[in-house]
Amino acid sequence: MLPEAWIVRENLRETEDVVTLVLEPGGSAAPTAFAPGQFNMLYAFGAGEVPISMSGDPGDPTKLVHTIRDVGPVTAALCRLQPGELVGVRGPFGSHWPVADQQGRDIVIAAGGIGLAPLRPVVHHVLRHRGDYDDVVLLYGARRPSELLFTGEFESWRQSDIQVVVTVDHAPADWTEHVGVVTTLIRHGKFETEQASAFLCGPEVMMRFTAAELESKGVSPDKTWISMERNMKCAVGFCGHCQLGTEFICMDGPVFTWPRMRNLITVREL
Amino acid sequence: MQARVLEAYQLHTLIGLLRERGYCCVGPTVRDGAIVYDRIAGPTDLPVGWTDEQAPGSYRLKRRDDGAYFGYVVGPHSWKKYVFPPERRLWQLKRAGQQFERVDEPSQTPKYAFIGVRACEIAALRIQDRVFTGGEFTEPEYEARRELAFVVAVNCTQSADTCFCVSMKTGPEVKSGYDLALTEVVGESHYFTIRAGTDRGREVLASLKTSAVNEAQRSAANTRVRQAAESQTRTVDTEGIKELLQRNYESEQWKEVAERCLSCANCTMACPTCFCSSVEDVADLTGEHAERWRRWDSCFNPEFSYIHGGEVRKTTASRYRQWMTHKLSTWFDQFGSSGCVGCGRCITWCPVGIDLTEEVRKMRAGETS
Repeated sequence: MLPEAWIVRENLRETEDVVTLVLEPGGSAAPTAFAPGQFNMLYAFGAGEVPISMSGDPGDPTKLVHTIRDVGPVTAALCRLQPGELVGVRGPFGSHWPVADQQGRDIVIAAGGIGLAPLRPVVHHVLRHRGDYDDVVLLYGARRPSELLFTGEFESWRQSDIQVVVTVDHAPADWTEHVGVVTTLIRHGKFETEQASAFLCGPEVMMRFTAAELESKGVSPDKTWISMERNMKCAVGFCGHCQLGTEFICMDGPVFTWPRMRNLITVREL
Repeated sequence: MQARVLEAYQLHTLIGLLRERGYCCVGPTVRDGAIVYDRIAGPTDLPVGWTDEQAPGSYRLKRRDDGAYFGYVVGPHSWKKYVFPPERRLWQLKRAGQQFERVDEPSQTPKYAFIGVRACEIAALRIQDRVFTGGEFTEPEYEARRELAFVVAVNCTQSADTCFCVSMKTGPEVKSGYDLALTEVVGESHYFTIRAGTDRGREVLASLKTSAVNEAQRSAANTRVRQAAESQTRTVDTEGIKELLQRNYESEQWKEVAERCLSCANCTMACPTCFCSSVEDVADLTGEHAERWRRWDSCFNPEFSYIHGGEVRKTTASRYRQWMTHKLSTWFDQFGSSGCVGCGRCITWCPVGIDLTEEVRKMRAGETS
């Protein structure tokens, strides 16, 4: 599968090592609809290709929005791209957050660090269809305030009646919100556990403890989804790299119901 | 279709007919002290009068006292290298304004005739068919090469010490998936029984000078295949094997096998069903021309499971567990069958002689002790 050329329209710096690229179709590319939680393979010309989730609005497929953390040579090359430059795109791939199927329920979004990027399309979907849902809560944690993503949008999300509860591990003196891990935020969100659907993305340990805590509070495990990360190289189930037990993360995932992952992610080095 | 008898010297004609039909004939040949698969011009390129002796971590060629063409079992190569090449340039691109332009010449799909495909190897090809063409996505090059390939199968008339196809129910008799199938009989006379499994096989068979099979000839051929099955000593108990492996993720056995395993990846390279690959993107010095290369990869390589921050599978124990559990267990969940065909290559070509049939036995014993 050949990457299609898309053109960088904006390179927005989110944090010290995270940028958001806004892409528009190049010469032969066509806009493609995607669902929240899906990913594209992004190709930095000549440097390599990496899986990156869509972080933009699924209601507007005319542009692609990807939020990328600089963690290696390929992501560094992507983060350096300037407006007008080309990026290769294959996709969209993978399973999605079934937020559209949760009408009438409460929505709990729990994210750690860069994990908010694959969940922002859920927020976008909720914003476009706010009346379809009851209480909506975003529980978001990062190591320190400077590593929080999309903080400029929190106020407008709150105005649309989304509770945004934020925590950090290391707080400076002027920090006025919560300190501690994401699980400690659950009690600060207003929602009915029995009618809540939860979407979790962050480090595996954060997702494990958050899912367990939500379950102990009464959220159904079958209504809890997590998004997994492995080394997706081909994204179509051929290369074998992203296997986790029975699953190919690229095709069966990255979004899984919690019961499907619960026993697999507790096995070390699986 | 009824089997026919093809005199041994007519093998030359069979290969000639395939060449006339535009096939590039590839098959077993002796090189570097092993029987490997490569281009063959005629029967004299086959390992005539050779056999192999295999054991865990050991492979030796020996002279036979006859002129058999197929008097050995499988070597380090498998047919996957022709349908899923070890190294391929997938594409070349250059930047052209607001798009990428493909600059490589479209290449013609090679048209192979595989000479001497064993029953376990047909099973392996079918397993790779499911991997590359049986799901949501199709690997177009694999599909094209596989469709064109003409399969001349050979029934095994002997087993190696490392063979366990009977346990895996893949051999030694070829039952389907061939264009032509041969059984070699070497004795007072030297002939093949031959039958066709497809229209293109029937067309070739009709062009060959063959005779009707008499009862003695049929019996001689059947006896040899039966003896190959009966002489197999290595076995795997496949009952409940999928569940066995998946409930033993935390077994201490993985650490024990890791004390011997060198994580060298030989088993995965020799395995006829292992399909993992990696891609490498490269650019020239101008940065205007880029290529993507695909190469066989292995779950035994540390960087195989790399995600930012490190490898998921840092230890040899976790990599051996991944390989063996995938091969014998999670393959069922993913592709509806075992990933193992019982060819024994991973046992023979393991430099320290790790035997997965023995590892299965130990795992069962560990549960009952």
